[in-house]
Amino acid sequence: MTLLSVTNLTTAFRTSRGEITAVENVSFSLDAGEILGIVGESGSGKSVTALTIMGLLPQPPARVASGEVRFDGQVLTRLSDARMQRIRGPGIAMVFQEPMTSLNPVFSIGEQVMETLRAHERLSQRALYDRSLEMLEKVGIPSAARRMGDYPHQLSGGQRQRVMLAIALACRPRLLIADEPTTALDVTIQAQILDLMMDLRDEFGMAIIVITHNMGVVAETADRVLVMYAGRMVEEAPVARLFDKPLHPYTRGLLECVPSLGQDHDRLVAIPGALPDPARRPSGCRYAPRCAYAIPACSAGIPPLEAFDPNHTAACIRAAELAGT
Amino acid sequence: MTKLIEATGLTKHFLVHAGGFLHRNTISLRAVDDVAIDIVTGETLGLVGESGCGKSTLGRLLIRLIPPTAGQIHFDGTDITQLGAAALREKRRSMQIIFQDPYGALNPRMSVEDIIMEPLLIHGARAGAETRGRVAAMLELVGLPPRVRDRFPHEFSGGQRQRIGIARALVLHPKFVVCDEPVSALDVSVQAQIVNLLQDLQRELGLTYLFIAHDLGVVKHISNRVAVMYLGKIVEVADKQTLYTDPLHPYTKALIAAVPVAHPAQRSRGRKEQERLTGDIPSALHPPSGCRFHTRCPHAMPVCREQEPRIIEPAPGRQVACHLIG
Repeated sequence: MTLLSVTNLTTAFRTSRGEITAVENVSFSLDAGEILGIVGESGSGKSVTALTIMGLLPQPPARVASGEVRFDGQVLTRLSDARMQRIRGPGIAMVFQEPMTSLNPVFSIGEQVMETLRAHERLSQRALYDRSLEMLEKVGIPSAARRMGDYPHQLSGGQRQRVMLAIALACRPRLLIADEPTTALDVTIQAQILDLMMDLRDEFGMAIIVITHNMGVVAETADRVLVMYAGRMVEEAPVARLFDKPLHPYTRGLLECVPSLGQDHDRLVAIPGALPDPARRPSGCRYAPRCAYAIPACSAGIPPLEAFDPNHTAACIRAAELAGT
Repeated sequence: MTKLIEATGLTKHFLVHAGGFLHRNTISLRAVDDVAIDIVTGETLGLVGESGCGKSTLGRLLIRLIPPTAGQIHFDGTDITQLGAAALREKRRSMQIIFQDPYGALNPRMSVEDIIMEPLLIHGARAGAETRGRVAAMLELVGLPPRVRDRFPHEFSGGQRQRIGIARALVLHPKFVVCDEPVSALDVSVQAQIVNLLQDLQRELGLTYLFIAHDLGVVKHISNRVAVMYLGKIVEVADKQTLYTDPLHPYTKALIAAVPVAHPAQRSRGRKEQERLTGDIPSALHPPSGCRFHTRCPHAMPVCREQEPRIIEPAPGRQVACHLIG
């Protein structure tokens, strides 16, 4: 059952250098209980996509220039702020990369979990306390009853991210958006948080969008993957297929440029150049200036997403030809 | 195999304010505690560990950017812990550092040429055509076009800034370079460029590296040997193949087990459960007694709580500090 569908979404920002599109023509859908990985580097538009879905971008300067976000039968991009407020929490919840700046430093962590519940459910003070304690225990805060009164600065980075998850999951959302949830954490803590997210998905049956630049995080968690580059989708496929048979040269590059523990490489396969400045993006395929397979036709126009398999799409005019290589 | 660096008993305590108003109470944070480490000429020694384990402090101690609380560091045969300011400055030509954050490490008001020239001027060169020529040669070496010399740091991407930082570190022709997380702030598609550049420069210039990073994949790729640090102590050292295929210390095993898989078919959830670490790294202000890892170690025994394990050599070139081994 489709829980979320994003259709032709374009989000633009007004800047001193004119209007810049951060997200362009992005479409995807997500079933209940499914985990979608959105992969991209800085400036790819992955976080803006998430914030547009959540309705958290200040408008202006941001503007949904076209397209719509449909969640559980409602068109979110047309909802009033007050109605959107009711979706955030029980409908869609989000955790951010920086747990320190996302938590309020002057309220205890217990109070912050209770605040979320209080905003959405009519509960007695006792029930609020019990439900919050239960959530903190569920996300693995040790001696949670004693820590309810602790403030964010008293916690480690990993524990803060657990508290963020407790707040996000307090109202049992049907969709959780995790924006780089483990980027600021050590690998040992990253493994704990990813395990925890998967356990909570199994328990609550919620859908998850994991936004990351780390292909390893995708390999560990996602059912399906969407790759973004410079504001546009370049490839979408089920996770195993994407790793086995990447079609877009950028996806191939991302998979090859990171050294893995299992293989020895004499030299890493580097992607030359850098990500384009959003105000000065190349015409045509945005990856073409860095692409080893680029031909003159690549600069002629933006390649459309084409299906190479019912579930596998890529935006590269040479994808079919390169698929055999 | 000559040793470029030999450090013994290396210790760094930072005094931390711990309350008190009329009488300031301080306690010492033992960032690096009684560490012995050798670095062989021409090799890359990787240094890994969780944040707060003291790896950056150790890197800075080895080139005496910060003075040690105790211990000796022999660099190229000289005990640099005893050197006075003038002699130390002379030695600094041979020891340089590349920092993690290419945005914070470059002075925004200086042009690229001035940034790369500054170390030369400090060490007595005059700002003439010859010095400019050396800067131009450095730019070419790190893969930047000569025309960028009049530009300022904000005009560059992260990867290009890191190239400028590398040029600045190498312009004095050092023997030893501490690379402190040089790629972790960069986009993944750019990281490989910088890793390749560092390897090329090592080959061309005969450099010795200490490569500090938390990304175990990058460390494995670039290093000859790897040292693992936990709460101010080195717990294991081995050549990289041995360390990654046959780790001895439970902490090393846990670190490797925590690395995300390379392909979804190897998904590790549940499978590596027994190696998963629980909890966080304890505070270096109050490190656990005995083996510092015992609070998170799945194999902890009573002795681990009481006695600190000594470093032993279970095989030539291999060191480990764990009561389970030996």
